[in-house]
Amino acid sequence: MDWGQIFTFTAESAFGTQAMYFAIAAIGLNIHFGYTGLLNFGHAGFMTCGAYGLAIPLAGGEIWGFEWGQQAMWKGVLIGLIAAGIFGLLLGIPTLRLRADYLAIVTIASAEILRIVVRATSLRGLTGGSNGINGFTTSFQNARPSFLDDGFLGYSSRQSWVLMLGWIFVLFAVGFTYLLIHSPWGRVVKAVREDEDAARALGKNAYSVKMQSLVLGGLFGAIGGMFFVLAQGSVQPTPQDFGTPKTFFIWVAVILGGTARLWGPVIGSIMFSGLLAFTDTSLREAVRADYIPDSILDGVQVGQMRFILLGLGLMLLMVFRPQGIFGDKRELALDAR
Amino acid sequence: MSRFTELKAVDPAILDNVPQEAGSAKPDAILTATGITRRFGGLVAVDVNHLEVQRGLITALIGPNGAGKTTFFNLITGFDAPDEGSWTFEGKPMGALAPHKVARQGMVRTFQLTKALSKITVIENMKLGAPSQSGENFFKALLHPLWRDQEKDIEEKADALLERFKLNHMREEFAGTLSGGQRKLLEMARALMTDPKLIMLDEPMAGVNPALTQSLLEHVKSLRDEGRTVIFVEHDMDVVRDVSDWVVVMAEGGIIAEGPHSAIGENKAVVDAYLGTTHDTALVFNEETTAKIDSAKIDSAKIADTAVTTEIEDPQ
Repeated sequence: MDWGQIFTFTAESAFGTQAMYFAIAAIGLNIHFGYTGLLNFGHAGFMTCGAYGLAIPLAGGEIWGFEWGQQAMWKGVLIGLIAAGIFGLLLGIPTLRLRADYLAIVTIASAEILRIVVRATSLRGLTGGSNGINGFTTSFQNARPSFLDDGFLGYSSRQSWVLMLGWIFVLFAVGFTYLLIHSPWGRVVKAVREDEDAARALGKNAYSVKMQSLVLGGLFGAIGGMFFVLAQGSVQPTPQDFGTPKTFFIWVAVILGGTARLWGPVIGSIMFSGLLAFTDTSLREAVRADYIPDSILDGVQVGQMRFILLGLGLMLLMVFRPQGIFGDKRELALDAR
Repeated sequence: MSRFTELKAVDPAILDNVPQEAGSAKPDAILTATGITRRFGGLVAVDVNHLEVQRGLITALIGPNGAGKTTFFNLITGFDAPDEGSWTFEGKPMGALAPHKVARQGMVRTFQLTKALSKITVIENMKLGAPSQSGENFFKALLHPLWRDQEKDIEEKADALLERFKLNHMREEFAGTLSGGQRKLLEMARALMTDPKLIMLDEPMAGVNPALTQSLLEHVKSLRDEGRTVIFVEHDMDVVRDVSDWVVVMAEGGIIAEGPHSAIGENKAVVDAYLGTTHDTALVFNEETTAKIDSAKIDSAKIADTAVTTEIEDPQ
């Protein structure tokens, strides 16, 4: 067992690109679920909007006679955000007047529809079909400041540039959420979460507030998707990248950290990535050092095993600390009344 | 604050010359409803021909279970839409207004099942009631200085109300930790934060111990003294006798009697609605009416009542 390597790998993952973009997306989901009580099971859909919205203009392409060259970065970001905003509006208009469960059904289906649409063969010129889009990060990497040319703390130069911007954005997003939630707007949002009718009876437009929250959280999801593809260097319409599994991993991060807590999604994402890497490397090391015989677990099966262990950990968390790492136990006690 | 100063107390004697019959005209009506019907499938839950509510006084709305009192509240406050009918508040037509817009007009309601916002502190519950806090706008919310001064005023007002309702010791607690009676108090105090002209209380005394009932009654009376109009639904006749200036009786969706509480007890239609028609008259064999009135007494009416509340949970 090489504990040094296990530790390094765990630490690198805990603050690596996955934790970073998870944190951004999870902040959005926390606005949805934690503060407003919206059951959004299609967060990957918002990430898809951001990822493709960014990658398509940056990569250049051609479809139905239109042709465009490689566009500036800001245009891609803007298009990604607009796409996510429209996606949020489309989801919200029919469902936010209804009970919470309808939003859950519609979001989970819409995110899948979106992922299947972008991989359509007929859209190959636009989205690259099932091949996705590659090589759109050149201009982004060219803008990298020279002090990162040798990388940073063991991260490669390309990674460290994305990571630096990403974690700065995480701080910005936390500050932004803090300002919003500690304002009268945040008060209305929480009131809507607790009881929509009570909020309405006091003259608050619950529908409008829920829509604002859905779009705002969606924008954070889209930005998370942008950082994801910038770090990965390509957009792939696979289920792991933009399907339901991604949505639920982000849910895990939110719940792990504690819902409706400012730092909950950030800490949750760090822990999620860290734990996943820790179980993965330590199992691998244990298999290699023959602490675990091949008859029980071999190197290939480790990839599956780590999710089983993570699920077990999550179950234990729900049993012994149901409010998440940062949650307030008093709040949960109120639910039981 | 301008809305606050408009209010002035009204002498209950103003109703002395009002005819004691269903649908009678009031000297100065704040709320006028005409021809309001709400059907749930075959069941006619509400069928009110005409109702006027006097400004500045306390009107009690009573009736057996399933009479349509809560449904009528829901219709008037925009939580449910009637099949037919129109109503005006302060002379303005109100039909088809969304609930939050109704509340902004100065007509605020509480709920039969108290809606304290559990995971929000008592003081935040109160501050939520404040109307026109500009920080509730998404973009202004981010700029603290834009709404800081307003927030300070709101907090002062909220603290004053908490003191009046004797909830100030619970200020920083989650509303979910309050007792049932305290929640009723909180809901009433929170409604007052909106500076309502008309406050509609749906069973404010239900599940409250007798000691607290007295203090709730005093609060209801103090609303009248401030010049606010109060409509409340209540089953406890002692309460009705104690605070109401005018009583409206509903049965089977319609209004069957109106008058001061002293007159209502002797009203035959009212006694019939509560006890059945055959108690002192000869049995008149009229299948339709007996069947209808029986259903008002027995639990089937209660079932209809729950059906009503479930339908209302998702308006529109």
